[in-house]
Amino acid sequence: MTAALSYRLVIRSLPWLTIGLLSLPVFSGLAGALAPAFGWLPALGGEQLSLAPWRELARVPGLNDMLRLSLVSGLGSAAISLAVVVLFLGSFLQSPVYRRLRRWLAPLLAVPHAAAAIGLAFLLAPSGWVMRILSPWLTGLDYPPDFAFPGDSWGLALILGLVIKEVPFLLLMSLAALVQCRADERMTVARSLGYPPLTAFLKTVMPGLYPLLRLPVYAVIAFATANVEVAMILGPTTPSTLAVAVVGWLHDPDLTTRFMASAGALLQLLATLAALLGWWLMERLVVRLSRGWWQDGRRHCGERGWALVARWAMRLVLGLMLLALAGLALWSVAGYWPFPQSLPWPPTLGNWQNAADGLLSPVAQSLAVALGATLLSLVLVLGSLEAETLRRRPLRPGAQLILYLPLLVPSVAFLFGLVMLQAQLGQQPGLLAVILGHAVFVLPYLFLSLAESYRRLDPRWAQQARSLGAGPWRVFMGVRLPMLLAPILTAAAVGFAVSIGQYLPTLLLGAGRVETLTTEAVSLASGGDRRLTAIHALLQLALPALGFVLALLLPRLLFRRRRGLLLSH
Amino acid sequence: MRHTRGLLLAAMLAVPGIGQAFELSEWSTVTEAASGQTVYWSAWGGDSRVNGYIDWVAEQVDARHDIELVHVKVGDIAETVSRILAEKSAGNKREGATDLMWINGENFAAMKERDLLYGPWAEQLPNFPLTAPEQNPEVREDFTLPVEGYEAPWGRAQITFYHDSARVAEPPRNMPALLDWARENPGRFTYPKPPSFFGTSFLKQALLGLTDSPEVLYEPVDDADFEAVTAPLWRYLDQLHPHLWREGQDFPAGGPKMRQLMGDGELSLAFTFTPTAPAAGVLDHQLAPSTRSYYLGEGTLGNVHFVAVPFNAQHKAGALVVANFLMSPEAQAHKQDLSVWGDATVLDMSRLSAEQQQRFEPEGRAAASLPPQNAGTLLREPHPSWIEPLESAWRQRYGSQ
Repeated sequence: MTAALSYRLVIRSLPWLTIGLLSLPVFSGLAGALAPAFGWLPALGGEQLSLAPWRELARVPGLNDMLRLSLVSGLGSAAISLAVVVLFLGSFLQSPVYRRLRRWLAPLLAVPHAAAAIGLAFLLAPSGWVMRILSPWLTGLDYPPDFAFPGDSWGLALILGLVIKEVPFLLLMSLAALVQCRADERMTVARSLGYPPLTAFLKTVMPGLYPLLRLPVYAVIAFATANVEVAMILGPTTPSTLAVAVVGWLHDPDLTTRFMASAGALLQLLATLAALLGWWLMERLVVRLSRGWWQDGRRHCGERGWALVARWAMRLVLGLMLLALAGLALWSVAGYWPFPQSLPWPPTLGNWQNAADGLLSPVAQSLAVALGATLLSLVLVLGSLEAETLRRRPLRPGAQLILYLPLLVPSVAFLFGLVMLQAQLGQQPGLLAVILGHAVFVLPYLFLSLAESYRRLDPRWAQQARSLGAGPWRVFMGVRLPMLLAPILTAAAVGFAVSIGQYLPTLLLGAGRVETLTTEAVSLASGGDRRLTAIHALLQLALPALGFVLALLLPRLLFRRRRGLLLSH
Repeated sequence: MRHTRGLLLAAMLAVPGIGQAFELSEWSTVTEAASGQTVYWSAWGGDSRVNGYIDWVAEQVDARHDIELVHVKVGDIAETVSRILAEKSAGNKREGATDLMWINGENFAAMKERDLLYGPWAEQLPNFPLTAPEQNPEVREDFTLPVEGYEAPWGRAQITFYHDSARVAEPPRNMPALLDWARENPGRFTYPKPPSFFGTSFLKQALLGLTDSPEVLYEPVDDADFEAVTAPLWRYLDQLHPHLWREGQDFPAGGPKMRQLMGDGELSLAFTFTPTAPAAGVLDHQLAPSTRSYYLGEGTLGNVHFVAVPFNAQHKAGALVVANFLMSPEAQAHKQDLSVWGDATVLDMSRLSAEQQQRFEPEGRAAASLPPQNAGTLLREPHPSWIEPLESAWRQRYGSQ
């Protein structure tokens, strides 16, 4: 009985720890930004509440343009990504093209945002790879032309950079959701009624699929409106997006700018919320307008054309990503590589040799942080999911929202407040703080990747084990965990990849004492040596890729005598 | 719960740090207290040469003084200032996370004004007299503000222009010539967006070259008629911008980005704050071998850069010993070596022995890309109070297009 009691106690407390880990940092961080935004920061002589920071913010030239840019690039990239994913799924869900793409998903997700953006910038810039390949034989140019891309004032390059990262994410999120809403069955019924694939998908699967995709889409919008790394590399400068401007103000040598920066961080939160609200209203509108269309019985909606668009859009997304990475690989072995040479010649390993010494420590620290954060998140997620089976019902919508909190609240808005809190509680900056900070971002992704498989595991396995006399711990450890090993490892690999890519939390919570591949890559990117940046970006990519390979191979290795376990889900 | 554990941990870590007393006037007590300390040095980590040099310093102070030096690499030193500020608001007075920081005049002014610095200490360092401060007053002044021993000189910088001699035969040598050159070579020159350090420096350089009354720039801005003094600058930029890279609609983020654009061939004329940087760029395969550098005829802006200690540094003794080592002839000579970093020394050669002086001789590789020696008239940095109004006026005019 004590074993059963300890099981209940542990499992019931883990969801609360999860909620605490996710909501405490976000809310206390926001509170930390709130006070300076209204003039309260005694260390800078702000000792009474006022609206002065907001008035100052309102006077910033181009504030409207910054907001517009953040909203347009955020909503635009989310809309395009969702459209590409939906059209692609609709056209190819039951075809081999879809199964081939699924294999590419994990490695694509592993590409850190900064690395993808740096690669894309090199690909498309006036002196970039595309222009080099076309010059001088086609363009007649011996020196690069002068056009403003990336960094165009409409934010098109920024939108493109966001889309190539968001499409794989939404696809991954759809994988689980498609199963959950029984897409295959719906498609089969609709197809047997004579609907071609895309129309069948839009009319029968979408109404069930979208509610499950809604939160991931919101996370995409929140990220796209508020991200800093991609906008810094691909976005315009006069003005920049609001998030980039806020980080700039936070770094202004004139310390009184901190007040306005805090107001700006809150404005960023409001802008993100406004974007989400706008999207939600559009959802209502689309539902209202398309209600008749769902039931009108018409079998076609320009199938062929859309299938072609979907196929080429997906090819474009994948192609841009692969070319961007190939460009990085070339830079890592380049000597002096002037325009219009299309290949660096002769290639050299010198860059790698020079960098090798300095790479050991960041690789080790990246691994320590990522493994720590992933392990912590994994324990909490497994506990929360196991608690669901204990209570026999899935998460309440409120708890689901908390899960998405760190993905929905812009990190510029709460991380700086969090640093204040860290200093106030006297917690030493360092590895432990960084691991906890990473877990805040790792946990939601891990949960999202694992939840579906966990909930689908047939409860009768556990019942059978109980009836054979196994205690609750033994059922959990000996039956449920081994049966779920493959999805658990995949989810852990996703979490690991998320942790490897984190920049701001590492920098702020570690006070710069924890140097990971990502902090190194970003600080070197400010130094402008593309060779070194490329080496770091490639390694930043290699670690998560290694994680995915392990997640794939380990179960096969462990279960080589119990192959049945590999097929149980 | 997790935070209480952190609190306990912090309390436990803090205890050994408190007992280390030292007397600045008695240097041996400083080195004694420093022995065994871990010094966290916040410095820009964006340049692999600088990083390599700091690694070398870490090896040296470990071997000589048993100090573990950790280079805390930041993209912008303001990140560190933010943290110190957070520590101050939290009442953290002696266990700060930063022991030593590499800062520029603007951050120095802001931190000194807010009592965020420890000092005075710099003039008590045994190596300080080697800078011959009586003959070189610039080591006692940062952006016109008296240093008063709150930071120690570390190196020298001066705006240096560089161009690709294969594309530009005769580069412009003053501000009006630069405008004519840009008209003839549209899209081949730009400057980083203020308030980045290089961008603001370009504004100051242009203002010094264009204004009729440069002397008022060395007084606080409140004493001058800002509009009248800066009017020639804005007239000039209005004419220049249409001929810049991307027609002045987009600006690179900083000096290093500008160097990247030079390497890519998008620009054919640029500038840097480290006179040896173009030569170093050639050595590192970042710039064309035909790169040449020069100073403007009217003189270029120059300054000394410093290291400072935050008021709440936990390992002050260690930080002081490191700062003293940075000023030693050996460390300064190694820093000036073009194959290491190439940053100019703050020491006065007359205070060194002949053998020590010999170490500072430049070596041959990429020497063609170095600027001519002793040719650059040094212009002093204007009063720091000019920076913020210049930047915000620039933002008003060109920040949103």
